[in-house]
Amino acid sequence: MSMAQQAEPAATTPPAPGPEKQKDGRTARRPLALRLLARPEVGVFLGAVAVLVFFLFAAPPVRDGSSMANILYQSSTIGIMALPVALLMIGGEFDLSAGVAVVTSALTASMLSYQLTLNVWMGVIVALVVSLAVGFFNGWMLVKTGLPSFLVTLGTFLILQGVNLAVTKLVTGNVATDSIADMDGFDQAKALFASSFEVGGVQVKITVIWWLVFAALATWVLLRTKYGNWIFAVGGNKESARAVGVPVTFTKISLFMLVGLGAWFVGMHNLFSFNTVQSGEGVGQELIYIAAAVIGGCLLTGGYGSAIGPVFGAFMFGMVQQGIVYAGWNPDWFKAFLGVMLLGAVLINLWVQRTATRR
Amino acid sequence: MTDKTTGTEGAVRTDTPADGDRPLVELRAAGKSYGNIRALHGVDLTVHPGKVTCVLGDNGAGKSTLIKIISGLHQHTEGEFLVDGEPVRFSTPREALDKGIATVYQDLAVVPLMPVWRNFFLGSEMTKGPWPLRRLDIERMKKTADEELRNMGIVLDDLEQPIGTLSGGQRQCVAIARAVYFGARVLILDEPTAALGVKQSGVVLKYIAMARDRGLGVIFITHNPHHAYMVGDQFNVLRLGTLELSADRSQVGLEELTNHMAGGAELAALKHELAQVRGVDTEGLPESGDLRAPTAATPEGKS
Repeated sequence: MSMAQQAEPAATTPPAPGPEKQKDGRTARRPLALRLLARPEVGVFLGAVAVLVFFLFAAPPVRDGSSMANILYQSSTIGIMALPVALLMIGGEFDLSAGVAVVTSALTASMLSYQLTLNVWMGVIVALVVSLAVGFFNGWMLVKTGLPSFLVTLGTFLILQGVNLAVTKLVTGNVATDSIADMDGFDQAKALFASSFEVGGVQVKITVIWWLVFAALATWVLLRTKYGNWIFAVGGNKESARAVGVPVTFTKISLFMLVGLGAWFVGMHNLFSFNTVQSGEGVGQELIYIAAAVIGGCLLTGGYGSAIGPVFGAFMFGMVQQGIVYAGWNPDWFKAFLGVMLLGAVLINLWVQRTATRR
Repeated sequence: MTDKTTGTEGAVRTDTPADGDRPLVELRAAGKSYGNIRALHGVDLTVHPGKVTCVLGDNGAGKSTLIKIISGLHQHTEGEFLVDGEPVRFSTPREALDKGIATVYQDLAVVPLMPVWRNFFLGSEMTKGPWPLRRLDIERMKKTADEELRNMGIVLDDLEQPIGTLSGGQRQCVAIARAVYFGARVLILDEPTAALGVKQSGVVLKYIAMARDRGLGVIFITHNPHHAYMVGDQFNVLRLGTLELSADRSQVGLEELTNHMAGGAELAALKHELAQVRGVDTEGLPESGDLRAPTAATPEGKS
């Protein structure tokens, strides 16, 4: 934006000449351990390690390399979406439509390419536009009406859920789309979104790599760029941010569009790994993403969090989901396990922050 | 402990006064209506470089509306608003900032969970590198923030601490230092001493005097006439959205100011009625004749 270089100092007063750095002596530096604990991602890191160690003992098959690759894959499909959802949450909002938006994106690409017999890349691009438009709509409604994001995105969630089912039935006469596996461009797209590669005899899905790349990128943006500064600011105190010249409207809308971008990516992954899309899927996933972000140390009310935390949060989810299977337990326990984990993580986060930031 | 002559250390810059004695900011019969509610009406106000213009008034007198117009959060609906003699109409606070009008809000416009240095540069971050890799120049920002705060006499050990952990006075001073650094020519302070203790208020008043001595025009909004009188050059008392008093320092004393602030003019008029009610002590109230300060012409008066 154009506001970059107007930071001209008004005062040309030289800095106070005293080379000795005075200290005000009232802010005793807290010990390193406490300062570390105050970081948003440290609690969840310890939690992820604990869950990993637990399943390494409880479920011996987990120790196998291919199992670990599978766990990472599960984590990555949650984690790629958890990242933009976490950024949005730091920016003070959340998006209930994120789960079904994934399916909307996949359905758009699939049906468009199949019905019009286009190259699948056309479908992929149109799906991207649709996903970004859904994100824009969410953000725009929020900013224009001032309604809480819960209501706005609940509306979008219901709309998309209905549209997904109805349009799919209308177009294909079925609840699922037709396979696009033999269409032009499929193999290229599959290579980008859903291929796997071998590391030391273990097949690793490419989404794991994308997940880590996106996480690194999100961390950099959040901590090292102007935009990242704005995200913290609009989530921490929107009015203050606006008063000092942060473009609040732009920041909020673009965050929702980032969630759209994530939904598009995961949607494309699902499409190109399964060739077809079930139109009724995705419901409930949005809460998993939100839970991963919260377990990852993001404050539900905004203004605080990290991009690395949700990576560990998503890993905990993937670990538990697969760990239960490898341990030979009834997978029905998964959700109950998740609930306990969520509450536990939130309580630990709360306690850690209170202890570490106490004055 | 703080009067006009203290707190000039470090104020080396002698700002060249604007040509002639043109006010930096001027309101002419400005007003603002929210729907059918007239929050402000017929207000004249001038801000000169190197002078402190005080705006006093009770709660709901229109002080906040007044600063919101000048700082670009709201637009005036009547009268004129001039900056450097040119009529303006701001649609965002950014435009006001670009004209050198910086506001330190009552809630200080800080984000409590963010570190001090990030708050200092929020909205005007320093960056380096070409576009796709353009990033925050953290080293430079921290160094600059530290220097600027030290120039204002604020010493903080750890600029990484969330600004919410600072005391009210410290936060106020950080906000003032920020405004001064970012090229403010006009500094609007919205009740900077309202939530502070006696000593901290003194510190803030000292920074107001320092900002003034650096050649800034200061608009000091308060409902404490004692604080206003310590640093003020020009006093405006708002009452029910209109100016009740507009006077130079030479024209008005602290006692009179306090009386106006307390609604003294109205009370004096009521004095005779009150005197007939048993149990109401009217001895201390001034006679209407004592309030000789030039009262602003209020064409249509208060509602």
